[in-house]
Amino acid sequence: MPESPLLPERDQPSSELAEAPSLTVEQAIAQLTDPDLSLRYYAAWWLGKFRVTDPAAVTALIAALEDDSDRTELGGYPLRRNAARALGKLDDRRAVPGLVRCLSCDDFYVREAAAQSLGMLGDASCVPELLKLLVGGLAAAQPVPGRPHLAQPVEAVVEAVGALAPQTPWEAEAIERVRPLLNHSLRRVQYAAARAMYQLTREAIYGDRLVQALSDPDVNLRRVALSDLGAVGYLPAAEAIATAAAENSFKLFSLKGLLEQQIYPEELQLSTAAVQLIELMDSLL
Amino acid sequence: MIVTHSAASPSPTPEALIAAVEQADSPERLLAAVQRLAASPSEVSIPTLIRVLGYNNAGAASLAMQGLVQLGAAAVAPLLDQLDDYNYGARAWAIRALVAIRDPRALEVLLSAAAADFAPSVRRAATKGLGTLLWQQLPDHQRWQAQARTLETLLTIAQDSDWSLRYAAIVGLQGLALALAPSRECNRIQQQLQQMTTDTDRAVLARARYALTVVGAAPETA
Repeated sequence: MPESPLLPERDQPSSELAEAPSLTVEQAIAQLTDPDLSLRYYAAWWLGKFRVTDPAAVTALIAALEDDSDRTELGGYPLRRNAARALGKLDDRRAVPGLVRCLSCDDFYVREAAAQSLGMLGDASCVPELLKLLVGGLAAAQPVPGRPHLAQPVEAVVEAVGALAPQTPWEAEAIERVRPLLNHSLRRVQYAAARAMYQLTREAIYGDRLVQALSDPDVNLRRVALSDLGAVGYLPAAEAIATAAAENSFKLFSLKGLLEQQIYPEELQLSTAAVQLIELMDSLL
Repeated sequence: MIVTHSAASPSPTPEALIAAVEQADSPERLLAAVQRLAASPSEVSIPTLIRVLGYNNAGAASLAMQGLVQLGAAAVAPLLDQLDDYNYGARAWAIRALVAIRDPRALEVLLSAAAADFAPSVRRAATKGLGTLLWQQLPDHQRWQAQARTLETLLTIAQDSDWSLRYAAIVGLQGLALALAPSRECNRIQQQLQQMTTDTDRAVLARARYALTVVGAAPETA
């Protein structure tokens, strides 16, 4: 049920398998406080999955960010994680203060979900709080022994900072905090840093770093790079995207991101670049 | 043993090339063997090439598809007979091969795959392909009926909630409009494309504008 830790759902091609809703909005909101903890967990996921932007759903999910009843053996907060993930999809900035508080939760996955969702909500006022998680640089962004994750959700934080910090008073500090991560030992962290650095500086060297990532030996990381290039709309990557060793659907969605940045709805004439992108996309259908 | 002999011989027999594919025991060997087989495909290699579409190896499947496309009409009946109902990856490659061959015997399969396959990748490939079938291979009375059914299917897909299917529908409609022009049906397609130039999705909107220029009608301001 929870999404892949590598890619936020908005960046992924639609699932090949359709999923049918099985709750009503009222039922899902009511289930967020059901005595059965598994129903609460499911309801929080469901409200995000089906993008229920009803203000009552948002209010109930914000309350669920403080939940203390649902705990894992390791002290995690499953309901808080799902509530934080869902709030990122509901486009309601009332969730920002609660998500910022989640950035200091002792559950790594709550911090990760909160960072991802803050990046999606588009409210740059949380950037200083996000940057605190990058303090300590490379040394602090290392794996936790015995756990499958780093000390901080560095990729999620870097991605959110890349989306939010450009052209804000925190831009220079963001660049300073993100740049060292280009040399992280994990390639997925390097790529996240390259994506954010491109968004922060618009320098081709960082877009080209993502193009190189299209040749990563790990197909999952090639997919991440496709999604990153689509998200930042890096035009010089078009041919490399079309010929990358990955499924056509990932390449199609990546090129869509490039095309969207070449389209101005009020201008009827398509640019040469837009026509070339269309031809590449047609070949991937 | 067969492999050793074929490697020494300047032009290995189709049977040797097939055996090399079937005996490949690593993704790299499979890729190399499929490459050799697809480079000089013969009719006896068709069943093997079709099986490779289902190996979940995109590189090998893409090469096998190209081999099948080279064989053209001869590959159509086996592709239609052996369409894999249980593996959508294999099905998407088989549909792409049929789309590239453009033989109108694939019409029924493409219509149902475009309208109702559960995998968007299969639907997109079929939807695009419906626009470029070699209609002139059908006798007149069948051709008009086939084109009319294709038009209705594409117009329905043009309303799909998935942007990638609306996009593919435009590609299909563009091809069909070129085959039908000038006619009342062609005008209907142009109207539909014109409507789609105000799609909420910018990639779809752009594709509709481009299609209008290809079919010879300038997009109008909304």
